[in-house]
Amino acid sequence: MSARDEMLARIRRARGDASEGPPVPGSYRVAGEHAPGSDAVVAQLVDRLEDYRATVVRAGGDDVAIGAAVAAALAGRGIHEVVHAPGVPDAWVRGVHVARSDDGTASARDLDAVPAVVTGSVAAVSETGTIALDGGPLCGRRALSLVPDTHVCVVRVQDVVQTVPEGLGRLDPTRPTTLISGPSATSDIELSRVEGVHGPRTLVVVLAG
Amino acid sequence: MSTFLGMPQGRVPGPAADTAVGQLTGDRPFPAAARDALGNTQLRRNLAHATSTIRAKRAAVVGEVPDWEALREAGSAIKADTMARLPELLEQLEANVTARGGTVHWARDAAEANRIVLDLVRATGENEVVKVKSMATQEIGLNEALEGAGITAHETDLAELIVQLGHDKPSHILVPAIHRGRSEIREIFAREMPGVDPGLTDEPAVLAAAARTHLREVFLRAKVAVSGANFGVAETGTLTVVESEGNGRMCLTLPETLITVMGIEKVVPTWRDLEVFLQLLPRSSTGERMNPYTSSWAGVTPGDGPQEFHLVLLDNGRTRALADDLGRTALHCIRCSACLNVCPVYERTGGHAYGSVYPGPIGAVLTPFLTGITGGSDPNDSLPYASSLCGACYDVCPVKINIPDLLVELRAEHTEAHAARHRLPTSEAAAMKAAAWVMADPKRFARVGRAATRGRHGIRQGKPVLPLPPPLSGWTASRDVPSPPAETFRDWWARTRGDRP
Ligand code: SF4
Repeated sequence: MSARDEMLARIRRARGDASEGPPVPGSYRVAGEHAPGSDAVVAQLVDRLEDYRATVVRAGGDDVAIGAAVAAALAGRGIHEVVHAPGVPDAWVRGVHVARSDDGTASARDLDAVPAVVTGSVAAVSETGTIALDGGPLCGRRALSLVPDTHVCVVRVQDVVQTVPEGLGRLDPTRPTTLISGPSATSDIELSRVEGVHGPRTLVVVLAG
Repeated sequence: MSTFLGMPQGRVPGPAADTAVGQLTGDRPFPAAARDALGNTQLRRNLAHATSTIRAKRAAVVGEVPDWEALREAGSAIKADTMARLPELLEQLEANVTARGGTVHWARDAAEANRIVLDLVRATGENEVVKVKSMATQEIGLNEALEGAGITAHETDLAELIVQLGHDKPSHILVPAIHRGRSEIREIFAREMPGVDPGLTDEPAVLAAAARTHLREVFLRAKVAVSGANFGVAETGTLTVVESEGNGRMCLTLPETLITVMGIEKVVPTWRDLEVFLQLLPRSSTGERMNPYTSSWAGVTPGDGPQEFHLVLLDNGRTRALADDLGRTALHCIRCSACLNVCPVYERTGGHAYGSVYPGPIGAVLTPFLTGITGGSDPNDSLPYASSLCGACYDVCPVKINIPDLLVELRAEHTEAHAARHRLPTSEAAAMKAAAWVMADPKRFARVGRAATRGRHGIRQGKPVLPLPPPLSGWTASRDVPSPPAETFRDWWARTRGDRP
């Protein structure tokens, strides 16, 4: 018998008759009390992100205003070169001296030589300070938002929801998804949180709208 | 064939995990190992500091969730439903992973899982792999198996790196180097990390930066990664890894080949189920509202991440636990480690004393359910006794595993296994039987009480003055004997209130 058939047979013998568990109680909160994009959820998202030591920059909702905020955030860190997700509008990176669109050919080593990356995002959860990237054109492939040491991530206020269920409900589970809650961190030394390990050590969130 | 007390008629347990492969058992029973740990004051200081930090953080972030109890109920019910539908869900997971370009392998035990992974690595022609911290691969001893075949396994989680460089063993399921303080970690890095800055301080941020520099080159060149998985979604074929440092993202994203080893109990029915677990897990484990990074992927995505993906589904004793009503609930564990952090026994002994990769309250039940209780000299037989049954673990468990109940059942099972094997009851069982006989008759009870008061001079500071004969010696080996009072309660009552009804 193959390992597969034997394991399935073992499970069936061990399980007995039951082929359905108890009903799952749906009494937990799915939607929050605040509407997506409302002032309350945006304020909460800012609070949570800053608690994780991410930098939050507010900007207007139009591409030019976003571009100005991105340029200012990078210049303030002495960064003049970025790579960006292919779907990022030109206007978002117009103020950066060297801005290259990712065409998928750069190796991890190439990306390691670039100081910063600019991407968009597809959803954010205010209660947990979480931003979702789905590997689509606006967010780029996963390596892009991972290897450069500074990640500038644009979050549109209309994409900000209050709860985890609302946030996951906006995602397609078949896409390669990354949920980001603050910069890379570790709790491995004496269980105290320290920011800055293997992922980007600096996370700048441009909150647009 | 093994049977359990809580096993309903008609269920047949799968085989026990082989303790000779991997890391499910230590070389000494818990009391002996614990005694050494208790003598190490540095260890106890590190553990007390770390567990009290994390307890406070957890309590704060759990307290701010208004529907925490409802989430626990849902988490528990989803897991119960999963166990009831396990074969169908695994077949569904397999079908969806395969449809999206992945390959699914089935491993009956640790040796088979190691062989599958080794063959897959060999097929790539590589001689090194990067690893994300994974309990399943520690359980099966994958690193040792790879190393034996000349393949270097780089642990990339900071705590695992501390353990690996310190030639040490993990002592906690979430923070494997919890037994080390910052100055010890600095010493290990200064001694073992090639090219490390000699001016290294013991600031956690500085130590984390040293690990980043050390591992970056490894990530950039690695062609093969091995990971575990926190969840596998049957409905969509999505695998999920929850982490903090970004080493997980590196391993899941940069290499060409990804091999994920997942226990069969980690499957969940639907993507929506994650909305429950992604709330329960981070708050219970690191005491954060959300962990920094959670990665999900389904099969292979052209142009993004590894183009070859293998999922290895592992039994290794899980179908043994599944046959038992309580053992099955031990499989609900999402490895948050909250039960370790609140356990008064764990806080004092640390994780090494448990021998298994699964320490603390959950380890004390999960390990014996996977490996079986022998009633002989197996060190795992002692694990169900590594608890005061205070119940703190049950209170914090995000999926409501009733660990104290499981411990009690395993103790009963051990008593029976011991009796069957030795034709002699354990000292505890003999004592209980004697007590039952005495208490069954009021006159007998009074007589024995009076006799005991005469024995009180034989006990000093909780220990008998003269060694007791077996089985009484077995009882007093790990327990103090209270000094009997000069007068029994019955005699005192008769003397002082004898005239009243
Ligand atoms: S038994 Fe419960 S508390 Fe302990 S690690 Fe597992 S899920 Fe967490």
